[in-house]
Amino acid sequence: MVGFYTLIARGNLVKKIIGLNIFQTSVFILYITMGKITGGTAPIFVGSGEDVIYSNPIPHVLILTAIVVGVATSAVGLSLVIRIKEAFGTIEEDEIQDESL
Amino acid sequence: MTYHLPVLLVVVPLVAAPIAALLNRPRLSWAVAVAATLWALYAALELLSQTMAAGAIHYELGGWPAPYGIEYVVDPVNAWVVVIVALIGALVAPYARVSVEREITEDRIPLFYAAFILCLTGLLGIAVTGDVFNVFVFLEISSLSAYALIALGSDRRALTASFQYLIMGSVGATFIVIGIGLMYVMTGTLNMADLADRLPEVSGTRTIPVAFTFLTVGITLKLALFPLHLWLPNAYTYAPSAVTAFIASTATKVGVYLLLRFFFTIFGVTFSFDVMQLDRILMPLALIAIVTMSLVAIYQENVKRLLAYSSVAQIGYMVLGISFASVLGLTAGILHLFNHALMKGALFMSMGCVMYRVGSVRLERMNGLGRAMPWTMAAFVVGGLSLIGVPLTVGFISKWYLVQAALEQGMWPVAGVVLLGSLLALMYVWKVVEVAYFREADPELGISEAPLSLLVPTWVLVLGNLYFGINASDSVGIATRAAEVLLGAL
Repeated sequence: MVGFYTLIARGNLVKKIIGLNIFQTSVFILYITMGKITGGTAPIFVGSGEDVIYSNPIPHVLILTAIVVGVATSAVGLSLVIRIKEAFGTIEEDEIQDESL
Repeated sequence: MTYHLPVLLVVVPLVAAPIAALLNRPRLSWAVAVAATLWALYAALELLSQTMAAGAIHYELGGWPAPYGIEYVVDPVNAWVVVIVALIGALVAPYARVSVEREITEDRIPLFYAAFILCLTGLLGIAVTGDVFNVFVFLEISSLSAYALIALGSDRRALTASFQYLIMGSVGATFIVIGIGLMYVMTGTLNMADLADRLPEVSGTRTIPVAFTFLTVGITLKLALFPLHLWLPNAYTYAPSAVTAFIASTATKVGVYLLLRFFFTIFGVTFSFDVMQLDRILMPLALIAIVTMSLVAIYQENVKRLLAYSSVAQIGYMVLGISFASVLGLTAGILHLFNHALMKGALFMSMGCVMYRVGSVRLERMNGLGRAMPWTMAAFVVGGLSLIGVPLTVGFISKWYLVQAALEQGMWPVAGVVLLGSLLALMYVWKVVEVAYFREADPELGISEAPLSLLVPTWVLVLGNLYFGINASDSVGIATRAAEVLLGAL
């Protein structure tokens, strides 16, 4: 939620991207927490005994994918910021709006 | 090979995209793009005819059985959406060559095609997959490439439009991930059919309505339902013409499809409309979208922007159809999905022709274009008539069903708003027609007709508008079937 606030409230485009990242990371952590089972161990099959409790590995796998997507989003976003800086000479949202008029 | 069609539909374009980027010659990359889109169109039509004949196709990716592995499911609903996306893709790709050479610097053209094919891949992937997390992955593939495509626009404001879209799109996608995560916590599955089975058991908990809300907001952000449409007008206005034609007629449609899939197949009609009372939110928003966005469109001076606002209004029509939650209403919504793709495709393509010759789509630069570019502007007029809903065009068919669906439930005021929307559409289309046909052209400009490679795809869509407007039995039949499948999945 802190990330979401930053995303909306900040005029600086780089800060917006940082806000987006915080927002996404917190969702990743939400996923990872649900994979944890109390007393569970790392989901590696050791073959001994049947009473070993494993944590659920699927959320981890999903989030691995989501992290890649998040990295790609940040990369595209930041490269856009660079292009905006070249074209407008600023990365403050209100100044860009002034110039666009 | 027929057996593997559902996955080949997605994999072939996915492989074609890096090839297009690596070839690094504008013409070669273009050829790859055309080949990939034609393949997608062939596969899509094949899938549609198979599902209409034999029912839903289930394809297990990598041979893993359904609830554990990722499954691709093709039924009449998504086969229809796939055909729409592939058709528009296959028409925009040949159109893009000339248009893109004019609007994008040469060294970026191969990358443009790579992003274009990737965007197509993502949209097709969203449509065929039967796994909710897979939906998110493909959604991001299509969105990220769409951001890149929009940023290629020649105006520097394309950059800020793209950035705005990126921020709002990512927020929407993250909302969808939260929703999917909450559903996974409660059911332990990501497969759509499996979710539909297990959700009723846990729908009494607080988590599921929260998941539902996150998904609704996330998806409506993606499909630009009023009031979450703010990214759309700028993105459509400043993107290169070919990109606008493609995204306007496909991306939001796939969003509407996702809405249908989540509300009807996964959550089920009872939960979505009786428990969550979705129709009470969707219907007013759809009606507001139709009226206000049409009014805003009337005051636009840039024709692409005018059409963009009109798109938001048209999305209102589709969502309105969905919010009836009846076979007739859904038929109207699904029908309008296809019909709107046809007319907006044709309109934006004709604006691409204007952009190519005139270099601007602002109204004051279009004086007398009706004489200078007769074919282009004729295409615009037919598309515009279709937008208004004049008989013999596709727009009439979908409005007809929409009004019928409204009357079926005794909602006279809703039917009235639909007709008012048509009236407003008449006003903004007339504005362009008046400038193009009834004002004197500046004779010194010496503007001539657009080249054939731009006109042919445009006119294919225009003729599609007329054909499906006169002989609507095919499209109505498929849409009705799709509506029945969605409602039958109770």
